[in-house]
Amino acid sequence: MLGLHDPWIVLVYLLCIGSTLLCVIYGLINWNRGGEPMIPKNKFVEWEKEEEDLEEKS
Amino acid sequence: MNQIVLILTLLVYLLLTGYLGYLGYRRTKNATDYLLAGREAHPFIMALSYGATFISTSAIVGFGGAAATYGMSLLWLTFLNIFAGIFIAFVIFGHRTRTMGYNLDAHTLPELLGKRYQSRFIEVLSGIIIFLFMPIYTAAVMMGLSQFLAVNLNISYEVALFVFSAIVAVYVIMGGLKGVMYTDALQGTIMFVGMVILIVLTYTRLGGITAAHESLTKLNPFVIELFGKIGHQGFTSMPAFGSNLWWTVISTIVLGVGIGVLAQPQLVVRFMTVKSTRELNRATLVGGIFILFMTGVAFTVGAVSNVYFHNESGMISFLAAGKNVDLIIPLFIQKTMPMWFGILFLITLFSAAMSTMSSQYHTMGTALSRDIVDTILKRKSTMSLSRIGTFIGIIVSTVLAWGLPRFYEAGSAIIARGTSLFFGLCASTLLPMYVGALYSKKITRTGAIAGMFTGFFVSMFWFLFVHQAESKVLGLCQALFGKPALWGHPWNVVDPILIALPLSALVTYLASRTSKRTEISHLDLCFQGINNQK
Repeated sequence: MLGLHDPWIVLVYLLCIGSTLLCVIYGLINWNRGGEPMIPKNKFVEWEKEEEDLEEKS
Repeated sequence: MNQIVLILTLLVYLLLTGYLGYLGYRRTKNATDYLLAGREAHPFIMALSYGATFISTSAIVGFGGAAATYGMSLLWLTFLNIFAGIFIAFVIFGHRTRTMGYNLDAHTLPELLGKRYQSRFIEVLSGIIIFLFMPIYTAAVMMGLSQFLAVNLNISYEVALFVFSAIVAVYVIMGGLKGVMYTDALQGTIMFVGMVILIVLTYTRLGGITAAHESLTKLNPFVIELFGKIGHQGFTSMPAFGSNLWWTVISTIVLGVGIGVLAQPQLVVRFMTVKSTRELNRATLVGGIFILFMTGVAFTVGAVSNVYFHNESGMISFLAAGKNVDLIIPLFIQKTMPMWFGILFLITLFSAAMSTMSSQYHTMGTALSRDIVDTILKRKSTMSLSRIGTFIGIIVSTVLAWGLPRFYEAGSAIIARGTSLFFGLCASTLLPMYVGALYSKKITRTGAIAGMFTGFFVSMFWFLFVHQAESKVLGLCQALFGKPALWGHPWNVVDPILIALPLSALVTYLASRTSKRTEISHLDLCFQGINNQK
């Protein structure tokens, strides 16, 4: 198969392609799925303010 | 090769890299931006950044050359790179890492572990291990890039080392993880295009997939004549079970690197850069394809290069390249590919090295500033301190890459083992408690610390006294016992990860069973939003 004769090499050649397909199919099926809410917008403002305070203190 | 075209292309590439680094700098406003790209990275950028960091020049040139010598059995590493390094890493580890990291406001892998186990000791010790041992892994990447640049641009090793370190240093120090990830995305795209063209041109030149493999199989007797004694059974066959070569390929190359990747701090941190698990789902698709075209192509092209060299010179690749494994891929490109591709491939290799180096610099910097200094001083870190930490990390690894080969006879050989040393140590010391942190409420702080120490000391013992590839160049075993390794076959070819990782996991589990449980309220905080996660 594919010019290869050792079954372990044939298997790994196919597994490389198969595992890539697994990633692709998983990504497509779960394209819009996400288990938790996004980070609230006010968090970004909070982080920025915290940084300013810390820089001022140091 | 036309030097002027090469230099002009390189300048355009560096200008684009510089612009993206500047963009990262402009968009970096606080420590979360600097350390985690603001936790809002695009999935495409995240996946390419993860992949480009994962794959360094040595994965393409060094391991591609190894595939030219050992054959297609190295594709087992590609399989693990995709299945473990992408699918398991993103789906099994990534989702929980992102959510728990956000719950605990963690910005680095040591910080995540420290906060999960409520132990500043774990955070500081993990930071120290990273800061002490990552420079030698970084030096390995820097040395590879500098040697490559020195040959192709006709400049000295030192000039190449200092100039390119400085270029990468600027955009990492100023742009933080945003600068790193933006440039990684460009570099990853170049790498992808370069490797896709490489596999298409190679198979086309050799008459197609089946014809190339058939021709390679016919060359088996030539390599068995050379390496049959250590277990080689041909380019398209697995090495003889239990032979020296089998242990090297399976334990060191396939499992050592394939599993070691799961606890790499510079990769784990990327899971915390995205807004939600939706981005991780999308990144899994991109990451899987990317890695197939990196190591999959490098190992296949490495193996089938034997067909070309044998047709042209009557010699297999290993002999045609003067027994220098690292020369096989560059020589194959030079002999078989058009000039424009030679230039593109050089830029591909620059990209591979620079993307890995930039993330290493960033991780060393955050280990020193956030995980060690800030944790000991019990304060919150600022961007300024992270920048200083990164600067110190860069200086240390540059001095190592410059000084170790110059002042120490075995310096180059030690640096060359840097990747496996760091991968092995990270897996053995961090992986069991990382898995425990994400998946078990029963693993305790005491268990995590006990497993960490076990992993560290067993790994170090194995590197220094048993695994001959490292113990021979480190020289301590020879100095103390008058021989390069304490024990003979098969122990001297069994990779440390195979011994240290199971022991570390066992000790983590046993010590957790006999120690005080973690408070329920803390576990509730850690696992908030995780149990109902898809």
